Amino acid sequence: MTDIAIIGGGPAGLSAAIYAASLGAKVTLIDDGLELGGQLIKQTHKFFGSEKQFAGIRGIKIAEKMIQDIKGYDNVEVIANATVTGYYEDEVITIIQGVNGDILKKMKAKKIILATGAAENMLPFANNDLPGVYGAGAVQTLMNLYGVVPGNNILMVGAGNIGLIVSYQLLQAGIKVEAIVEALPKIGGYLVHASKIRRLGVPIYTSHTLKEVSGTDCVEKAVISKINQNFEFIPGTEKELGVDTICLAVGLSPLSDLLWQAGCQMKYVPELCGYVALRDDNMKTTKNKIYIAGDVAGIEEASSAMLEGQIAGLNAAVSLGCKCDNYEELDKKLKAELKELRDNPLSEEIKIGIGKALIKEGKD
Amino acid sequence: MRIKEHPILEFNQKEEVKFTLDGKELEGYKGEPIASALVAAGIKVLSRSIKYHRPRGFFCAIGKCSSCLMKVNGVPNIRTCVTKLEEGMKVETQKGKGDFN
Amino acid sequence: MLERTGIPTDDDLEKVIPDKKRLAKGPVVIIECFQKIPCDPCAISCKLGAIKPFKDINDLPQVDFDKCTGCGVCISSCPGLAIFVIDMNYSDDKSLIKIPHEMLPLPGKGEDVYALDRAGNILSKVKVIKVLKIKNKTNIISLEVPKSMTMKVRSIKVEGKNQ
Repeated sequence: MTDIAIIGGGPAGLSAAIYAASLGAKVTLIDDGLELGGQLIKQTHKFFGSEKQFAGIRGIKIAEKMIQDIKGYDNVEVIANATVTGYYEDEVITIIQGVNGDILKKMKAKKIILATGAAENMLPFANNDLPGVYGAGAVQTLMNLYGVVPGNNILMVGAGNIGLIVSYQLLQAGIKVEAIVEALPKIGGYLVHASKIRRLGVPIYTSHTLKEVSGTDCVEKAVISKINQNFEFIPGTEKELGVDTICLAVGLSPLSDLLWQAGCQMKYVPELCGYVALRDDNMKTTKNKIYIAGDVAGIEEASSAMLEGQIAGLNAAVSLGCKCDNYEELDKKLKAELKELRDNPLSEEIKIGIGKALIKEGKD
Repeated sequence: MRIKEHPILEFNQKEEVKFTLDGKELEGYKGEPIASALVAAGIKVLSRSIKYHRPRGFFCAIGKCSSCLMKVNGVPNIRTCVTKLEEGMKVETQKGKGDFN
Repeated sequence: MLERTGIPTDDDLEKVIPDKKRLAKGPVVIIECFQKIPCDPCAISCKLGAIKPFKDINDLPQVDFDKCTGCGVCISSCPGLAIFVIDMNYSDDKSLIKIPHEMLPLPGKGEDVYALDRAGNILSKVKVIKVLKIKNKTNIISLEVPKSMTMKVRSIKVEGKNQ
């Protein structure tokens, strides 16, 4: 039986794997992507945060380094292109592999770290199921990983970090971005990202949203509209845009299915963007064997995902008896770094959310 | 369409492979997702919905939304956005649930 | 305001532009960063201590303009591409502006390009004096701009197949 099964090989999962392996734990890392690295492998922009979380380095390079590090441990087994489909009462993990999904594997582990990340939200608007409507992350994957142009003229919906960053990356790929619409009256992402985009001539329409798209078998045009404080369309403010591609950057939701199945206590926390498992400050859920890290624990950033992964990896390994002479010092340092990352006005909501998701003393 | 030049990334020459979509021959790169090769070839409709036959296309790219399900080498409901393209693959637009014949 | 448009106002800019006396002396940095986020590569990159070391990673960068020589090392370090170096002592009627550039095509030395303001509007055609290719791909372009446009030009549009 493996010591620690880590489900998800993105920044959180990789960080957990490297940390636990460095303490001597036997780690099995399971990932369902075509490559390890989660969303990092398409992040061409330079990271923020501090040097310890690779600030100034492009996400793709961070992924490369972490994947290289993992290879250096012979106590890490990687099961790639594999989807964990269940976590059953008898603690069996089922894994599906193969082009046709017809290879079934079963395994057990002493501890589990769930780092399954998140999925993009949909937005209701007329004909939102037309081809040409993409999640913004999907467009980023097509462009940066596979060098494929998703369309010729893009409307970006959402001015959070994903919307702003992917718009910039579209421009870098030589693709026209017609406009960014944002339902809120303010830009939600980092203002430096917004400034970068404005300098290149892309307009940002706040208090606007996408009303409908139309076309035969694919998007041929879009209608945007101004909205009031109640998010209602203001008549007479519609604008028609001749775009062939819509990118939705309207938020992410944690992929918590396995946690539900495992019987972890779950809670809807709006500040963390969906249903998350309750956890202690070691990232351990209400199930003693199961830890969480990264976006599945609450939508945040890659830098916090890496730190949460390290905290989970450290604590899972030590709980199994892995030798770690300066455990207290390391644990304290990681938690202090995470706290510092969150010590800014933009992280207020997240801190409130985490407060709501913490297991209270005396409760199991 | 493929990106030829990029200010940050290098798209290295990969092995070209031939495959078919509904009998028509197309080209893509070995190992890229089938759906990516289709988008590059200008194909937008990957399947049709069960009841109203509405066109479905690439959406999430991480195998979670079911919009990219196609029949590949005779097997339906293949998530083409997370399935690697191989030489000679027979890809078909899926209509509805797909059949196993 | 900035949070609605993404464009810093004159009030915002006033906080980061050095005084006339310093501007007249020669090259100096302007960091157009107005929001507290966890980010400190600029301070780490400055070997002269002109960007004062951060006490907290969420601090806004504070510049000691007297220590700053306008060397431009920080320009490429900023993940937000928010750092520029201006030299108003360049000539009688022109300033030299160094901007970060991560787009294609990369202009050539001596080429004329369109100078854009913070809203992407074309202000004028200006000459590229130098193109510095940086390992991390945030290249630095030096532009010769009319003095009156020193505080306006922050981007370029290069004639070519990509734009």
